[in-house]
Amino acid sequence: MSMPRLLAEALVGGPLTEPLSQDPELAAIGAELAEAARNRLGRSLAIRQVDAGSCNACELEIHALSNPYYDIERFGLRFVASPRHADVLLVTGPVTLNMREALERTYAATPAPKWVVAAGGCAIDGGLFAGGYACAPAGVGSVIPVDLRIPGCPPTPAALLKALLILLNGR
Amino acid sequence: MIGPAIKVDADEWRHATQAIAAGRRTLVALWGGVGHVLMATRGPGDLGILQLDCPDGAFPSVAARHPPAIRLERTMRDLYGLSPLGAPDERPWLDHRRWAVRHPLGRAQATRALTPYPFLAADGDGLHQVAVGPVHAGVIEPGQFLIHASGETVVRLEERLGFVHRGLEARMIGADLAQASRLAGRASGDSTVAYSLAFARAVEGALGIEAPPRAQWLRALMAELERLANHIGDIGAICNDAAFGLMHAHCAALREQALRAAAAAFGHRLMMDRVVPGGVALDLETPGVEVIRRFLAHARERLPRLVSLYDDTASLQDRTVGTGVVPPELAGRYGAGGFVGRACGVAFDARKAFPYAPYDQLDFEVPTRTEGDVNARVWVRIEEASATLGLIGQILDGLPAGAATCPVPEATGEGAALVEGFRGDVFAWVRLAGGQVESAHLRDPSWFQWPLLEAAIEGAIVADFPLCNKSFNCSYAGVDL
Ligand code: SF4
Repeated sequence: MSMPRLLAEALVGGPLTEPLSQDPELAAIGAELAEAARNRLGRSLAIRQVDAGSCNACELEIHALSNPYYDIERFGLRFVASPRHADVLLVTGPVTLNMREALERTYAATPAPKWVVAAGGCAIDGGLFAGGYACAPAGVGSVIPVDLRIPGCPPTPAALLKALLILLNGR
Repeated sequence: MIGPAIKVDADEWRHATQAIAAGRRTLVALWGGVGHVLMATRGPGDLGILQLDCPDGAFPSVAARHPPAIRLERTMRDLYGLSPLGAPDERPWLDHRRWAVRHPLGRAQATRALTPYPFLAADGDGLHQVAVGPVHAGVIEPGQFLIHASGETVVRLEERLGFVHRGLEARMIGADLAQASRLAGRASGDSTVAYSLAFARAVEGALGIEAPPRAQWLRALMAELERLANHIGDIGAICNDAAFGLMHAHCAALREQALRAAAAAFGHRLMMDRVVPGGVALDLETPGVEVIRRFLAHARERLPRLVSLYDDTASLQDRTVGTGVVPPELAGRYGAGGFVGRACGVAFDARKAFPYAPYDQLDFEVPTRTEGDVNARVWVRIEEASATLGLIGQILDGLPAGAATCPVPEATGEGAALVEGFRGDVFAWVRLAGGQVESAHLRDPSWFQWPLLEAAIEGAIVADFPLCNKSFNCSYAGVDL
């Protein structure tokens, strides 16, 4: 199939994001998120993700937030490359000592006001790795102040979205 | 079935090293213990493990004759304080001088002061350096890359990993089987099924038990779903790095559908902790079978259309054809598995070479290519994804009835297993004592793929590095542990 045909099909056959609209709960969360971001920041919310020793499954689910089913950009959430542009640090993993300084420096480079979200069991309290020779004593909170914890191993994309909404509304 | 380690003396150890250096056998794993070292090698149809006792920690370096062992020995030194005599590279690997102790798994000592990591030098007129990481721009795992470039041309790439070293093998020591299985399932999150399967099979081998047939088929079903989801995600991500976002969006949607089917059938999108020693944690009910069948029908219709989209987009192939070529002899020498090896003609697949149930009863091909470039790595993924669709259909059709678990005795023993993950062969080894892990080792396929990325990028332009890197999609967490 050629690209023009596939494009044409997408135009005629409806967008791939269609299944999301079948999930009213998610659509409502998305709309609320966009509104909350506008109210609090007057613009979209910029997220800088930091893998501080994740097994990478948390990242897979964070990636899924950008797939056509969730497509979080349309709710005004963006992943940014630089901490200087970030409102939120979304941190995964138990904070390995080999990543600790990188995390601290990323935090320091993020302008206030900033929020830190610990995503996943590892980030919340170190999970299976807490207390080991290679990790911070008890997850992200033992290295930088944490504003919100998202449980799950890994948290599902829906759980991540809901939590970000709570963050925006709650503070 | 892989037998327990055979004890050898230093001469026999050197002979084994010669055999892999000469290409008569392939190095599968090389790891340490307290006062001993172990090496697993394979030949056609057999996989054996050797143990050399070295009470003072010194042993004849394997890397001295066989460079693929270099990073493995650097790791053994860092974790256990072992000394490979004659080793070509004595720099630390996992130990970034950030831990309170040195040799945390051996005779622990207080750590030394932090010193800058001595990257290898590259000399020449007008060379400049591009340093990347450990925190990258995208949502990806942390690692450091130092590129020496002459203008736009890469002269040398050097990887530095270890940033996500969590001390996973240390956490396994003394853990009960349930806990150790959870740990194994978190070695590399994208391969959680493959790792928990390798671990479960190693444990079952150690205890002389076998999971019931239904469990073995369900494990394969999960393993193939995992393979499919990852290959499809990778194909999209590679195209995205070649600035073809449309393909990325379509692949990401199909991947999401796979994960949703997995969640509906097995109660977890990535199927974490579903494979356990003795069987599977959760049996598959009829509605779950139906969900997977529906997904399968959809994927069978979708995948060929995505393949023609890739195939018909000349501007995309402009970027992928001839980019990041891995020399086939190097892939053979490193025993590179998965799409990295198969893209340059190394046909090894644990499901074929050491067939474990139910693959001995299933009909499937292992696709290979010869070009060794980004395009070949995409095509191997495409063809494997479609072979996997065939396998999922066969598994659903042939799924035996019966129990999904068997009792697991709290016994003592040693076992190992090699299973095929989406990235290549995952090796697991355990020693159990009274139902607890005495020691364990997990070897990710990326150990023998990361070094080939350094080779593939040499002479390419700096701008091709992200694309090339994505086409390898090596694991950081699986190697760092
Ligand atoms: S919380 Fe779970 S999924 Fe996330 S990094 Fe930790 S082990 Fe992996």
